[in-house]
Amino acid sequence: MIDAFSWIAVLPELVLLVMACAITLLDLLVKSRLRTGSFVLTLITLGAVAVLQAFYANTSATVYGLSNMVVSDPMGNWLKCFSALAVMLTLIYGRAYAGDRDMLRGGELFSLSLFALLGMFIMIGGNNFLMIYLGLELLTLASYALVALRRDHAQSTEAAMKYFVLGSLASGLLLYGLSMMYGATGTLNINEVFRVTNSDLVNPQVLTFGIVFVVAGLAFKLGVAPFHMWIPDVYQGAPTAITLMIGGAPKLAAFAIVIRLLVEGMLPLWFDWQQMLMILAVASLLVGNFAAIAQTNLKRMLAFSTIAQMGFVLLGLMSGVVNGHAGFAANAYSSAMFYILSYVLTTLATFGIILLLAREGFESEEISDLTGLNQRSPLYAAVMAICLFSLAGIPPMVGFYAKLSVLQALIASGSVLNLGIAIFAVIMSLVGAFYYLRVVKVMYFDAPAAQGPASEGVRAPLGTRAVLTVNGLLVLVLGILPGGLMILCARAIVQMLSA
Amino acid sequence: MGLLSLAIWLPIAFGVLLLTLGRESQARAVRWVALIGALASFLVTLPLWAGFDNGTAAMQFVEQTVWMARFNVNYQVGVDGISLWFVLLTAFMTVIVVIAGWEVITERVNQYMGAFLILSGLMIGVFSALDGLLFYVFFEATLIPMYLIIGIWGGPNKIYAAFKFFLYTLLGSLLLLVALIYLYLASGGSFDIATWHQLPLTGTAQTLIFFAFFAAFAVKVPMWPVHTWLPDVHVEAPTGGSAVLAAIMLKLGAYGFLRFSLPIAPDAAHEWAWLMITLSLIAVIYVGLVALVQQDMKKLVAYSSVAHMGFVTLGFFLFNDLGVSGGLVQMIAHGFVSGAMFLCIGVLYDRMHSREIADYGGVINTMPKFTAFALLFAMANCGLPATAGFVGEWMVILGAVKANFWVGLLAATALIFGAAYTLWMFKRVYLGPVANDHVKELTDINGREFLMLTVLALAVLWMGVDPKPFTDVMNASVAELLKHVAVSKLPVPGIGISN
Repeated sequence: MIDAFSWIAVLPELVLLVMACAITLLDLLVKSRLRTGSFVLTLITLGAVAVLQAFYANTSATVYGLSNMVVSDPMGNWLKCFSALAVMLTLIYGRAYAGDRDMLRGGELFSLSLFALLGMFIMIGGNNFLMIYLGLELLTLASYALVALRRDHAQSTEAAMKYFVLGSLASGLLLYGLSMMYGATGTLNINEVFRVTNSDLVNPQVLTFGIVFVVAGLAFKLGVAPFHMWIPDVYQGAPTAITLMIGGAPKLAAFAIVIRLLVEGMLPLWFDWQQMLMILAVASLLVGNFAAIAQTNLKRMLAFSTIAQMGFVLLGLMSGVVNGHAGFAANAYSSAMFYILSYVLTTLATFGIILLLAREGFESEEISDLTGLNQRSPLYAAVMAICLFSLAGIPPMVGFYAKLSVLQALIASGSVLNLGIAIFAVIMSLVGAFYYLRVVKVMYFDAPAAQGPASEGVRAPLGTRAVLTVNGLLVLVLGILPGGLMILCARAIVQMLSA
Repeated sequence: MGLLSLAIWLPIAFGVLLLTLGRESQARAVRWVALIGALASFLVTLPLWAGFDNGTAAMQFVEQTVWMARFNVNYQVGVDGISLWFVLLTAFMTVIVVIAGWEVITERVNQYMGAFLILSGLMIGVFSALDGLLFYVFFEATLIPMYLIIGIWGGPNKIYAAFKFFLYTLLGSLLLLVALIYLYLASGGSFDIATWHQLPLTGTAQTLIFFAFFAAFAVKVPMWPVHTWLPDVHVEAPTGGSAVLAAIMLKLGAYGFLRFSLPIAPDAAHEWAWLMITLSLIAVIYVGLVALVQQDMKKLVAYSSVAHMGFVTLGFFLFNDLGVSGGLVQMIAHGFVSGAMFLCIGVLYDRMHSREIADYGGVINTMPKFTAFALLFAMANCGLPATAGFVGEWMVILGAVKANFWVGLLAATALIFGAAYTLWMFKRVYLGPVANDHVKELTDINGREFLMLTVLALAVLWMGVDPKPFTDVMNASVAELLKHVAVSKLPVPGIGISN
């Protein structure tokens, strides 16, 4: 089955590839410390790609390309669009930080970011096990390099090493699972896998065996308990700008491959993977929330809170099929998509503040470094508070609607077990509120330090500050008017499911 | 934009405006802007009262627009006889609080005033929301400004109090959320509260919903034994915070019982009325005794609040006209009286920086004008006829005697305890010879304080002498509510309505 070469499915990826190569070459010539030229070019590329993807997403068509190897559908296009924007924001927030720490000297930051994004695009658009795996590897290889970008910094190199070892293990698990699936179904194409698994022609033992490895691999990539060990170390060890790079956009890509592999490809095996997701979700909520309480390092706390937040995403994903009935699928998967989008939006602003507060020789990553922020710069304290309340799920922030829609999907599934899990999740978010509030407390209730870097206000370029403010306000505005984003997610998922 | 929306959003808009006025040097302007904002918001609520039709139980000033189409959530507001007075009371108390904080608050004035104005708008939103989710969003959002008010401007142990306040009430609210989602699903996808009132529910479902609501509202009221957060919070909160907390925020819980628990789960409400009445009586009697032994004035008034709110919940669960309207009248009266009591303590605290009863004595000699006001409010707190405190208590006791003589008798003992702790405190603080040099140096109230207390005194007397305008407004709505609650919702066997 060979179809015509469809530009729509690969054009943004080609643009990214060409530009990533061009910027790598350009960097050889640019000598300025902050590399304004390549920075601007990178932003233009990202902006162009985001616009292109948004434009595609609006066409609401599902197009297959490259002999069915890739797919372009509204869900994928929106995820790609938001990933591009997330990378863009990351670079805007992180540029001064990176410049201060001599991470721009070689200029790899921009080209590696573009390659990472290309990897995400391939993951999101992959319609074939091999494509997804290739995208994943491209993303992770770029990420390993990014984490190690501060070559002279022991903590970063250690984090990179951990990330590399555990990431390779995860990739191995996923690849092993996928090869098992290939062995059982005889195809790498996701639509074909769905068709075959939906029939009775396959050996269920091999399938079950394979799916365990696939889910474990995905759990590693999403960073959910008990496959979460790398998250806190890497989040803490990586330079903050890179933490944001691996904690933001790649979450969207990870969500996409979970949807592509489990829902699009293996929905008939829902019974197996749903059980696993449930255990992972409950474990993540427990581990993430309770471990976060004990942290004094802000990045580490946010890392554990991420684990808990991903647990919520899994709750959305696991409530799609009830008793073999896929009637709730669109509802559940769109709630998970809404959750992950709002999570990434909030995370960008949270780390943006940390990046803004950091300066040469001062990382601003301890919770106590935020002491009295309200008196130093009320606007950033407000933005940070909005984000933390959003992560805690307090209305009227967008995070509340994310939790609401997930809980709604969970309760709508009608099973008593799921109702119990919903109440458990609710109690866990109360635990979550405690450590988010503690940061608000430090910012608002404590007086700023008398001297030292934590006593000063924020100095950052006007543009960066403006973008960050808009980012933070968006968390509030999308909370007051969440309707549009909800409908966007719902439409994208319905389109994906009907294809 | 309708009147009611204006009443909600005008104070919020002013609050946000205040937050943007940053500098300490602008404090004077900030105060005036806050006063203008509070007065304007209060004036906006007056036409609501003037144009209110007492003859109908229907919702008035209704506005409706689609808010989140995907979840069928509407921005839907309106007032009936049950909620109208609380809208007015909220706007009124906000003016008082702005005046009360006028020169007392010198640090971060803009944030203090902004927080109160935003809080005011949010609370009016709670009282006028006709959509379950809208109600929840307002209900929860009030936590954020209150948390900051306690934590920033509170006493020495403010952080403990702020956390206790937030987490206690959040736990209750989260269970409320689960119940709301359940009702949403049970009603086939509607968040309209009026629809929920008509929803047939099984006995088990009603009981579960009733207790989920109980978790949220009983903590907020607060009922014994979940009242322990209130004294801690009152002691630490700044004067304005205590006044708003006692005058309005506690009413959110009681209001929730009337708007949600009784009409949505009438059978469960009847079944568990004995429990509610018992808890209320314990609050009235036991907490009254606890108040008697307090050394701290604020704690004493806080416990007295718990006892007085016990009257309110007692009245509600008698299921007769006198009980319910008595409870409502008591809520409004308690709003004026407890607000005034806390402001009086604030007046003393500003001068002496102590709330210990033992530090005072003979204040009447140095502050005669102030003592006159304090005496009036103390009398109202005891329930002296011709003051606001009398009407509600009398109606509730009458309703209790009508329902069960012994319940009435026990409730009536509260009058004795109320008089005992209030008068004993009054004697120790105000009467007798001047106790020490600090008291000797006290100066009587200034024009601002005189104005603030006069307005409250007039309100207390007006309500005591002529309660008809208050009860007239509620009659139709209370009658309608009782008629509704009297009808069982349990599916009639044989007809086959079930969930």
